[in-house]
Amino acid sequence: MINKRTVLAAALVVAATSVTAASRDYVSIVGSSTVYPFATVVAETFGKTTKYKTPKIESTGSGGGLKLFCAGVGIEHPDITNASRRIKESEVALCAKNGVKEIIEVKVGYDGIAIANSKAAPLFKLSRKDLYLALAKQVPGPQGKLIDNPYKSWKDVNPTLPNIKIEVLGPPPTSGTRDAFSELVLGAGAQAFADLKALRKAKGEGAVKPLMRKLGIPMSVYNKKGKKVFKAVAYSMREDGAYIEAGENDNLIIQKLEANPNALGVFGFSFLEQNADKVQGSIVDGVAPTFESIADGSYPVSRPLYFYVKKAHVGKVPGIKGYLAEFTSNKAWGEEGYLTDKGLIPMPKQERLQFASDVKNLKPLSL
Amino acid sequence: MADRSTTTLDKVNASLARRYAKERRFRRMGLVAIATGLLFVLLLFTSIISNGYSAFWQTHVKLDITFNAEQLGIGDARDFEALSSADYAALVRASLKEIFPEVRERKERRKLYKMISTGAPLLLREMLINDPSLVGSHHAIWLPADDDIDMLVKGQIDRTLPESARRLNDQVVGWVDRLTENGVVAQLFNTTFFTAGDSREPELAGIGGAITGSFYALLVTLLLAFPIGVATAIYLEEFAPKNRWTDLIEININNLAAVPSIVFGLLGLALFINIAGLPRSAPLVGGLVLTLMTLPTIIIASRAALKSVPPSIREAAIGIGASKMQTVFHHVLPQALPGMLTGTIIGMAQALGETAPLLMIGMVAFVVDIPGGPLDPSTALPVQIFLWADSPERAFVERTSAAIMVLLAFLISMNLLAVLLRKKFERRW
Repeated sequence: MINKRTVLAAALVVAATSVTAASRDYVSIVGSSTVYPFATVVAETFGKTTKYKTPKIESTGSGGGLKLFCAGVGIEHPDITNASRRIKESEVALCAKNGVKEIIEVKVGYDGIAIANSKAAPLFKLSRKDLYLALAKQVPGPQGKLIDNPYKSWKDVNPTLPNIKIEVLGPPPTSGTRDAFSELVLGAGAQAFADLKALRKAKGEGAVKPLMRKLGIPMSVYNKKGKKVFKAVAYSMREDGAYIEAGENDNLIIQKLEANPNALGVFGFSFLEQNADKVQGSIVDGVAPTFESIADGSYPVSRPLYFYVKKAHVGKVPGIKGYLAEFTSNKAWGEEGYLTDKGLIPMPKQERLQFASDVKNLKPLSL
Repeated sequence: MADRSTTTLDKVNASLARRYAKERRFRRMGLVAIATGLLFVLLLFTSIISNGYSAFWQTHVKLDITFNAEQLGIGDARDFEALSSADYAALVRASLKEIFPEVRERKERRKLYKMISTGAPLLLREMLINDPSLVGSHHAIWLPADDDIDMLVKGQIDRTLPESARRLNDQVVGWVDRLTENGVVAQLFNTTFFTAGDSREPELAGIGGAITGSFYALLVTLLLAFPIGVATAIYLEEFAPKNRWTDLIEININNLAAVPSIVFGLLGLALFINIAGLPRSAPLVGGLVLTLMTLPTIIIASRAALKSVPPSIREAAIGIGASKMQTVFHHVLPQALPGMLTGTIIGMAQALGETAPLLMIGMVAFVVDIPGGPLDPSTALPVQIFLWADSPERAFVERTSAAIMVLLAFLISMNLLAVLLRKKFERRW
């Protein structure tokens, strides 16, 4: 009997503690794995220098983070989500549907995407057009129609490039880095061709369909929105082994590049900076990926990073304001702040001041 | 007749050599298979150990620290409030300035100060809060070096490379060499690695938080899975009638044992977090999910243990007038318990190494504070390995391997315990 009672009591205690969990004394953050290395440093510094608990940060990816973030208001939902792209209108709508009406948008800074190879191999000087021709699933053929990518070596793509088999290691489609790479490299490279450029600009059935016919794109790709056709065509990556999905782990890509001097790898700038003794970043459109060239925008493959704050939680969960103040302080995201040590490219001063004041006033996002 | 028998014998004799050769071939293939397996295990262990052993030591620099009240900015105050918010970094800076008086330029000084870990001021803060009477005194203290310096001293950064290809320039390398000549650079045992929670600075990161999280999760798992699993096994094996329903349950249990663990994670997310409203990232939820995952293993092992108890024991007990209940609990269960414990330990070891289900319930997270209970946010040991493997800093490479070594040590000792228990208590009939 006594045994049964103790078991019952224990069960009650567990039930009671789960009820007391109805208040949360730490900030809960989810979102992009690209922003994760920066957000974690801020969280750690915040936890160590204030009386608040250290925020908990989950790396769920940008899309996954926004989904959790938009699920509702209340302590069981996260307070902040990190994103390596801007929030979409559909996501704002989802948020609003679930009662998350006011969102504060904070741009953190920039992240460069490096296309790098082993130091043992010669440095690549690429253009985005070269990369598009080397990596897209379909490229314009001799008659101007799209054909399956025929190129086997870099020399086929551009005679000035070395005669090395095309072999690029990069992130899988679930990754934000891959999204950015598709848009900034493949999308931009495709626009070097007049017809594809026109396709991107074309609006309405009348303009899009003749171009599709000209390029030999099957009509089934068409679905009312002209822009999607361009994306479907230009953003598709080759699937014949030239582009190798190496998983989300950038350290692994660097190890593989070291072992295989003929391969190129696609990963975030912070990994290039940490491994400058092993790999070198290829020059893209005449610009090398350096801190300075990404900061001033001359390096073409870079993207802004964001995080989004649920205004309804500010004041309810302790520490959100403090975390925001820490993140937007000069010692964190300034030109010589500790985030730059981790590879973040800061925004220009004017933009920083603007965002810092918006955050202070908790100005909600309006798309 | 005679003819035919000789021909059979001849046939046998003729094929004998071939049959022996076949057997030899099979034996050899078996040996090769085992040797290859062992070779891969050996390769795995050597690569992990050779990568990771150095993480158990951390480069420290001995600095002369004067707890100067003026530099600390605390005046005459000695209370907790003043001491906790004092400027301890200033003490470290002052000490470095004394060793390198020639470094004057602001940018160079920043580099100089960065040689010491950002955790050093926190260490001094702790010292002073524990003993406020230290103010004004002078001590030589070993402080952790920055992870880049640690990598240089351990030889992970190649000095022979051109300056531009290194994370540390010649000037910093020169400073480190000078400190080494002065005998104030040493590799000390890395206690932080075992006591601290996660950190983005490799020299401050540890597996203490992850081990605590794993401990709470496994505690919940053990408390739930063992009694439920054993009770289920006893009921199904000893009491349940044999009919279509119990057959169905049995098939289902066997099938559940083969379900990929991520499915249990999804189930846990839906059931415990979305419906029951338990907090994300909590070891309690982790434990519940791992309970679901280990239950089939424990039930199957426990039933096998019960089955191996010879029926004669049951018959003898019933024969001298014991009830069914008495037979099972006084005679069968004690004999089966070692087998059940072995199954449980193996199930727990499996649960300890599991990452996939924890991914779904938010335990793959950056958690600095060491969890104080099963409801605090936390990670688990394999998750910590996963997170570090994805960190850009070079120094996390060796820490990843070191954490794997700790995980393997836990797994091996748990399996060893299972083997020993079986050896000690197993009875053969």
